[in-house]
Amino acid sequence: MSVKTELEFILNGRPVNIEVPVHMTVLALLRESLDLKGTKYACGEGECGACTIEVDGTTINSCLMMAVDLQGREVMTIEGLGKGNALHPMQQAFVDHGAVQCGFCMPGMIIQANNLVKKNPDLSREEMKRGLEGNVCRCTGYTKVLDAVASVVGLKI
Amino acid sequence: MSEIEKYIAPTKLAEAVKVLSGGGVTIVAGGTDLTPQINEGKRRYEATLMNIQRVQELKGISLEEGEIRIGCLATVSEIWHNDIIAECAPILCDTANCFASDQIRNAATIGGNICNASPAGDMIIPLLVLGASVELARWKEGKMEIRREPLNHFFKAPGKTIRLDNELLTAVVFDKPSVDFVGQFRKSGPRPALEISTVTVGIGGDYNDGKFENVRVAFGAVGPTPLRAAATEQALEGKTLNDDVIQAAVVAAWQDARPIDDIRATTWYRNHLIGIFTEELLNNVCQN
Repeated sequence: MSVKTELEFILNGRPVNIEVPVHMTVLALLRESLDLKGTKYACGEGECGACTIEVDGTTINSCLMMAVDLQGREVMTIEGLGKGNALHPMQQAFVDHGAVQCGFCMPGMIIQANNLVKKNPDLSREEMKRGLEGNVCRCTGYTKVLDAVASVVGLKI
Repeated sequence: MSEIEKYIAPTKLAEAVKVLSGGGVTIVAGGTDLTPQINEGKRRYEATLMNIQRVQELKGISLEEGEIRIGCLATVSEIWHNDIIAECAPILCDTANCFASDQIRNAATIGGNICNASPAGDMIIPLLVLGASVELARWKEGKMEIRREPLNHFFKAPGKTIRLDNELLTAVVFDKPSVDFVGQFRKSGPRPALEISTVTVGIGGDYNDGKFENVRVAFGAVGPTPLRAAATEQALEGKTLNDDVIQAAVVAAWQDARPIDDIRATTWYRNHLIGIFTEELLNNVCQN
């Protein structure tokens, strides 16, 4: 067992204060310690994007980041995207366009897509493709995903 | 996984360097290389884990007295979107554009990319073309001491560098390129995203009136370390670029490259790409 350290950060708008083993990844912290299972573990090496979350407004692979590095920072996971039971417009767009099959890649895909549109409300289809390069879906092609994101571009989100 | 006995997250560079002098320290910044290496058992944690992300002195990109300085904690995204880099050294932006994915670019640091010392480390190639040096800090006799080493002498073998265990790579620095400087980068992999390069080529120099001077050429993934291509540089230095000179440079490039057969490509294919990319980039220089 590794030593533990005290960690304070903001998670989906609420302060969290927790003791973590210093070698723990952010993904393990979210899923195992905080029981937030929306963020997925798939490849564990930054190749697939299923574990994508926002830290201080920037997306990262939570499977690669050390939990200790969250000290004083602000985190948003898929659980923090919608308001209560209402879906966020990006989530609704994925539903409306049938972009979801097995769904395993979706939390990461939606967090990444939302971040891209937040940073560039006039995102082109080519920029969507480049921005989603780090998110892999093994069920299908990406056409419906891109259609979903395109439907949100121009909306205020 | 071995046991971590101590965790430390210093806020001052001197403090971080002092911690290193005690030995037995694993340094973590973005974690994008460290975490998979630990998970795969390729690396073990030392007794002390030091997170350097809170050391402000290691952040940022500046231009002072004709020298560009990139703090070791600058991420690939920060480099890509930095105004100084875009204006003075756009070859770094071209490379960042081919680097991994948005999520990894947002976390991966330049210091980590250099110290990981992969023969295929993408950001190293444009830095070699820019003639960059690295700064290494250590604690000696009660104070911090910094040495500067040219990046092309930094790499010894895959994953091995001249950095001592008690040293921290604090920054990468290079002279602001002249107004005539043209830098070109090309990477190959089966797909654009998240690809460990099969071959990378970087070429740069001052191009004026058809003449190519102060030429630097760097190759990635065709030897045990990223390398400067001495024969290719010699074939180009001071020459007026034309078809004959470019063909001579391609032949020289095949001498400089020492590729191996591995899971990503054969020796034959890597040599094939080195020739094609060298020719393509030199043609791009001519069109500039």
